[in-house]
Amino acid sequence: MELKQLGIEAARSAVQDRRTTAFALAEAHYLRIQKEDEQIGAFLTLCKERALEQADRMDRMAAEGKPLPPLGGVPVAIKDVLSTRAVRTTAGSKILEHYNPLYDGTVVARMEAAGAVILGKTNCDEFAMGSSNENSAFYPVHNPRDLSRVPGGSSGGSAAAVAADMAVAALGSDTGGSIRQPASFCGVVGLMPTYGRVSRYGLIAFASSLDHIGPLTKTVKDAAIVLRTIAGRDPMDSTSADVPVPDYVAELQKPVRGLRLGVAKEYFGDGLDDGVRQAVESAIDKLKDLGCEVVPVSLPHTPYAIPTYYLIATAEASSNLARYDGVRYSYRAAGVKSLSEMYRRSREEGFGAEVKRRIMLGTYALSAGYYDAYYLKAQKVRTLLARDFEEAFGKVDAIVTPTSPTPAFRLEEKSNDPLAMYLADIYTVTADLAGIPGISVPCGTTKEKLPIGMQILGRHFDESTILSLAHAYEQTA
Amino acid sequence: MKMKVTEKDVCYVADLANLALSAEERTGMVRDLNSILDYVERLNELDTTNVSPMAQVSDCYGIDNAKQGSERFAYASREDIVEGLRKSLPQQAALENAPDTDGTFFRVPKVIER
Repeated sequence: MELKQLGIEAARSAVQDRRTTAFALAEAHYLRIQKEDEQIGAFLTLCKERALEQADRMDRMAAEGKPLPPLGGVPVAIKDVLSTRAVRTTAGSKILEHYNPLYDGTVVARMEAAGAVILGKTNCDEFAMGSSNENSAFYPVHNPRDLSRVPGGSSGGSAAAVAADMAVAALGSDTGGSIRQPASFCGVVGLMPTYGRVSRYGLIAFASSLDHIGPLTKTVKDAAIVLRTIAGRDPMDSTSADVPVPDYVAELQKPVRGLRLGVAKEYFGDGLDDGVRQAVESAIDKLKDLGCEVVPVSLPHTPYAIPTYYLIATAEASSNLARYDGVRYSYRAAGVKSLSEMYRRSREEGFGAEVKRRIMLGTYALSAGYYDAYYLKAQKVRTLLARDFEEAFGKVDAIVTPTSPTPAFRLEEKSNDPLAMYLADIYTVTADLAGIPGISVPCGTTKEKLPIGMQILGRHFDESTILSLAHAYEQTA
Repeated sequence: MKMKVTEKDVCYVADLANLALSAEERTGMVRDLNSILDYVERLNELDTTNVSPMAQVSDCYGIDNAKQGSERFAYASREDIVEGLRKSLPQQAALENAPDTDGTFFRVPKVIER
């Protein structure tokens, strides 16, 4: 079976109609991984036994003529920050190099219950901290569209796996842009749902008030199918919202004619690559042709989003990462003589440079004497950023921006300058801070044939509108 | 330019964060933290006197605004019962990922130093 552009429904129906088997489909993907992944590096761990067992279950259902669930037999990849029972889960960190979770995260369980075949765990920046995947403690990921470039981060392995047809779909996580930015760099669709839309139970925490789980897929429709599978209240996550889950797939067909699209000048300013600007502007023109009305809006606090983000995210990270103490499940340094030395040396040896930098920054921002000036100040500016969106969404139904100011950059281009790397998230962090949903959909390529992504942001819990806009745009391409 | 963070501050914060940074790392950290804190300084351009801090996105949606305080999050509360939503882990399983155990407990270096 041809894997290129193989989507969820095509894969499922081929298994259902016995034109192929889930087993053969999984094997075909493993063969492709074997062939391609040496140079890409998208996977950290494969779980073939678990995958083939699930495939077999789906094949038996199909053989008995039973209807398969929505993801029946569909091979997927899971970012390595999501807990998978008895399958190594490292979060891209040496400190969790040998960690085998004792349970499945809610999204993993829901994907499998919907019939998905989990091929393996994808590479990512350590603890999802990074914008290039170069912070993986194991190996960097190369962009399948141009191997000399980064796939984006932190869900770079998930984006690369889907882009290189090594999985039909993948799950990623987004704290400052980590689903949308790699989707944009690799030319796939990436959806960050509203905060609370998807349970975070089993997600290795980075910044709890900002962490979101969502799909990376080949098409917008596939993103809707995965979202429908993983969304909804989960008693195991008290921040998962008790808001009804619509049928996102059916709602893709909602007409986009007459929708008001906000365009904010703050997202088209200095630092935006010309090729990206042109592609996004012409995508906006296409949406206009589809009957959308373009309305200028202002999000005046946008220039403060990155500093706000890097204070809040690091403060929360410094607290979340305190649990890696070398006692219950993480790496322990050898030859330590006291408890305190054990903590210090285990963490020193187990964490990579960027993680330590963020723990330090976050601890500093929370420490006595600096809390008000940094952490509290950032939380107040976060209110202002959220209000910007609230005001804009009083006038428009969605906001269209570039996903990233540039296409994929080269490996090592920014790895020595943390601040330059942070600025790669400039158009994506705002949605994480405000908790609104956002999708990145491919909208052409640069002269060098590098993918470009258009980002569509929506109101809280209005994934339907951004999905239908992205879907309508995708159909014109 | 005035340095906000000195090497002494870095040592103090590393101590709070339980990180045994090497001398080289400390130097890099002084440089990086100063550069980042310099950049975040721009937040002070904004007057936030009457702005309330936002700690959680869920503070502003999906809740019944007619209710007060923690009542608004009533949907998220549940009975606090042992063996509730998830069974407790068997002891053996809980020890599986530990770097050092005696088969019954996690084993760590001596806690009390003298």
